Amino acid sequence: MSVSTPTDIAQVKERNRALIQEVLEVYPAKSAKRRAKHLNVSEEGKSDCGVKSNIKSIPGVMTIRGCAYAGSKGVVWGPIKDMIHISHGPVGCGQYSWAARRNYYIGTTGIDTFVTMQFTSDFQEKDIVFGGDKKLAKIMDEIEMLFPLNKGITVQSECPIGLIGDDIEAVSKSKSKEYGGKTIVPVRCEGFRGVSQSLGHHIANDAVRDWVFDKVGDKEPTFEPSPYDVAIIGDYNIGGDAWSSRILLEEMGLRVIAQWSGDGSIAELEATPKAKLNVLHCYRSMNYISRHMEEKYGIPWVEYNFFGPSKIEESLRKIASYFDESIQENAEKVIARYRALTDAVIAKYKPRLQGKTVMLYVGGLRPRHVIGAYEDLGMEVVGTGYEFGHNDDYQRTAQHYVKDGTLIYDDVTGYEFEKFVDKIQPDLVGSGIKEKYVFQKMGVPFRQMHSWDYSGPYHGYDGFAIFARDMDMAINSPVWSMAPTPWKAGESDTMAIAAE
Amino acid sequence: MPQDADQVKDHFELFRGDEYKDMLARKRSEFENPHPDAEIERVKEWAKTEEYKDLNFSREALTINPAKACQPLGAVFAAVGFEATLPFVHGSQGCVAYYRSHFSRHFKEPTSCVSSSMTEDAAVFGGLTNMVDGLANAYSMYKPKMIAVATTCMAEVIGDDLNAFIKTAKEKESLPAEFDVPFAHTPAFVGSHITGYDNAMKGILEHFWDGKAKTAPKLERVPNGSINFLNGFDGYAVGNLREVKRIFDMMQVEYTILGDQSDVWDTPTDGTFRMYDGGTTLEDAANAIHAKGTISMQEYCTEKTLPFIAVHGQETAAFNHPIGIEATDSFVMEVARMAGVEIPDELAKERGRLVDAIADSNAHIHGKKFAIYGDPDLAYGLAKFVMELGGEPVVVLSTNGGKAWAAKMQELFDSSPFGANCEAYPGKDLWHMRSLLFTEAPDFLIGNTYGKYLERDTGVPLIRIGFPIFDRHHKHRYPVWGYQGGLNVLVTILDRIFEHMDATTNVPSKTDYSYDIIR
Repeated sequence: MSVSTPTDIAQVKERNRALIQEVLEVYPAKSAKRRAKHLNVSEEGKSDCGVKSNIKSIPGVMTIRGCAYAGSKGVVWGPIKDMIHISHGPVGCGQYSWAARRNYYIGTTGIDTFVTMQFTSDFQEKDIVFGGDKKLAKIMDEIEMLFPLNKGITVQSECPIGLIGDDIEAVSKSKSKEYGGKTIVPVRCEGFRGVSQSLGHHIANDAVRDWVFDKVGDKEPTFEPSPYDVAIIGDYNIGGDAWSSRILLEEMGLRVIAQWSGDGSIAELEATPKAKLNVLHCYRSMNYISRHMEEKYGIPWVEYNFFGPSKIEESLRKIASYFDESIQENAEKVIARYRALTDAVIAKYKPRLQGKTVMLYVGGLRPRHVIGAYEDLGMEVVGTGYEFGHNDDYQRTAQHYVKDGTLIYDDVTGYEFEKFVDKIQPDLVGSGIKEKYVFQKMGVPFRQMHSWDYSGPYHGYDGFAIFARDMDMAINSPVWSMAPTPWKAGESDTMAIAAE
Repeated sequence: MPQDADQVKDHFELFRGDEYKDMLARKRSEFENPHPDAEIERVKEWAKTEEYKDLNFSREALTINPAKACQPLGAVFAAVGFEATLPFVHGSQGCVAYYRSHFSRHFKEPTSCVSSSMTEDAAVFGGLTNMVDGLANAYSMYKPKMIAVATTCMAEVIGDDLNAFIKTAKEKESLPAEFDVPFAHTPAFVGSHITGYDNAMKGILEHFWDGKAKTAPKLERVPNGSINFLNGFDGYAVGNLREVKRIFDMMQVEYTILGDQSDVWDTPTDGTFRMYDGGTTLEDAANAIHAKGTISMQEYCTEKTLPFIAVHGQETAAFNHPIGIEATDSFVMEVARMAGVEIPDELAKERGRLVDAIADSNAHIHGKKFAIYGDPDLAYGLAKFVMELGGEPVVVLSTNGGKAWAAKMQELFDSSPFGANCEAYPGKDLWHMRSLLFTEAPDFLIGNTYGKYLERDTGVPLIRIGFPIFDRHHKHRYPVWGYQGGLNVLVTILDRIFEHMDATTNVPSKTDYSYDIIR
């Protein structure tokens, strides 16, 4: 079934609408009504994708979403490398998020950097009964004893902390004073707060505002400011993404004074209010702190997209437009310098990928930002949706990224996603570890678009070459032709649909 | 520019180029406000000392790099072993996202599990509505034959009553009155994943045997000759269960695996996604009450389940993740005794082949010192096998092992001269292990994927056995139980020893006189 020719766009829309109706039929009425608001077909010219978002998941379904703790510890705070992040509560949350996100960093783990470690208060029943504040204070003393080079501590609250009424703020304040003003940040990111990891990002941003920025106050930075100082905001350095982005900004003549939060340090957080411009990659997770810096310190912020050459060029020019002509000229030089590389990558991989269709379901900015990179390779995104997007994400998606007729699914359930993929039969699905094996069993090539399947970086020009290679290796692997059992041709449901 | 379309470099190579190295050095010196290199070096060396070890062991509140997970993970593990069973975790949804990811990363398989997605309002008013709606949704969408409910710490702190909630959900017609919904309370602040396995397994058996939460008459036990088998929480479930079934079939024992995860975490790639596959049928789970006896492969995973079964009149026997000759002998002989069958010659031959392999290879292991960590039963099974191979365990550590486990380990060490210099460390974590590796200087470390940080920091080569194994593929498909499993473990240990030998003898004109082609 082909969906890529513009002539059958009406047919595509009709099929997608029918598909939505079909998946809704299996739900009890109350749930069908709720889920219907999250599924739609994009219409050209509309200001958003026509779906509700950032609403509670319905219980009892396989939502792919995580929790506020995952948003704060797992995404925003966890990668700050020279601080120790305590998973405060029972052992599990810290264990499952331990080093799972590949936030690459440079440092000596366990001595001056701590990202791939799991520090937990390992709550026991008595801590629930009597409260965990005393234990937390003692934990901080033990951290000071065993890790003298740590530059600060955060307390990442798990579910019970808020429920039993612990006062982690008081403990943090008194210990900070005791240690001569060390940065200690309590973060109320209990997993039951909000509807997904999204609230965790927001809470984590607010903690940076209240416990880092407000504490630093007017303290002078440790470096001489320059007119070209920028901060990278919202890049978690998965597989080195922030590094392959940073190198381009530096080549343009900008000076990156801070990187958030992949390979980030507390000194960089503290320096950020001195930046001339904040360049924001993951809008969803760090727009809050960027807006705060704009209001309080007058620092403008600009979103950028470093996936694929078209968007990289656009973004480099946009960033340069905030600076003088020398930077703008440099941006053109950077674009020209890398053109040979991107031409060679496209020449090599586009013939192998041209016309292939993709369905995405990811978090943060990726459900829209990677669309351009696929298009640079001649591919088409036919369905997309956000794990924890808000309406402003869907607005950006509709206005700048998706084509008419694209299937949109917000907070998709496992059931819906399987059905959609089964019926549409895209050439590639890009989603996470929980979805990966489901679709591979169905014989559909898959890439993890949260973690790049342990590859990467995917950002920047250097990353685009890897992105292209990885999509080729996923789609054109010989394994997929082996999936159907030859002596059972025609028996399986999937194949029957594919043959329709 | 370092990148090249013809020879695409990813993170392994890309960042080793000068452009990136320079950029990262600038970042560090200008903006990170780093500690001086000499200071980092000083602390690094200090952290290797006895003094640091003493400080490290004086910790009372902080846990660093624990080798354990939380209860509901174990409950999910137990539940997926039953036919078309959907695990349902009552609490906030982030937990379930973590369990699904964790299992998928280990087994490289999908893991189906739902939650009741409790948020702030449920924290205030309780999670009843979430349970009522959640069960209805789960039942209508995923068409399970059974939904096995467990709790998270959140539901436990607010005190939700699963029994009453499930009853109410049925009254409100979320699912049919006769639909099987066993449940277990599995607070994450008690025990670990092995406790969760135990609670969930007991909950499931209790449901079928003791009158389905007062909705059916209790089953009357009519003893037969069959044997029940419990694997406990086991990262090798796929390989181990298939091997155990092969052994039972060979011995002509009638058996029921209680919680058979081998098929659901090993489904084929053939164009169809099977959400459910294999598993113990619900009928078999109920009929398991009539068995002659129940064998648990992991004592510390079945501390509540086995006594529950014993109360119903069955014989019970528990092992500690038996690996190797003597442990497998005991297992096989107990099965034969309990089932009243003979041990077939073919099994004796398999045994002889493993003895043969040990005789061929033990010289490379004899006298080598091992540090071992893992779940309490696995740590025991591994230590016993290492001693059988002539190796000397010097440290055996279990974050979720308690005093009773440590005493049992000491008995094992006392039983053999190979255990003379070993100490068991209950309730300790991998940061304790790090200190021990520096001060006790074993030759090899046996543990799960997280041990690679210990290998990097201490230089002690890691032999990957345990759960989770994220960074090596397909290990879970190979058994560690039975004589064949023992062979796999032997080969895993030997391969790492040989690799290490080659790596430490390959310097031309310095050490390569020992870079032998025959070992």
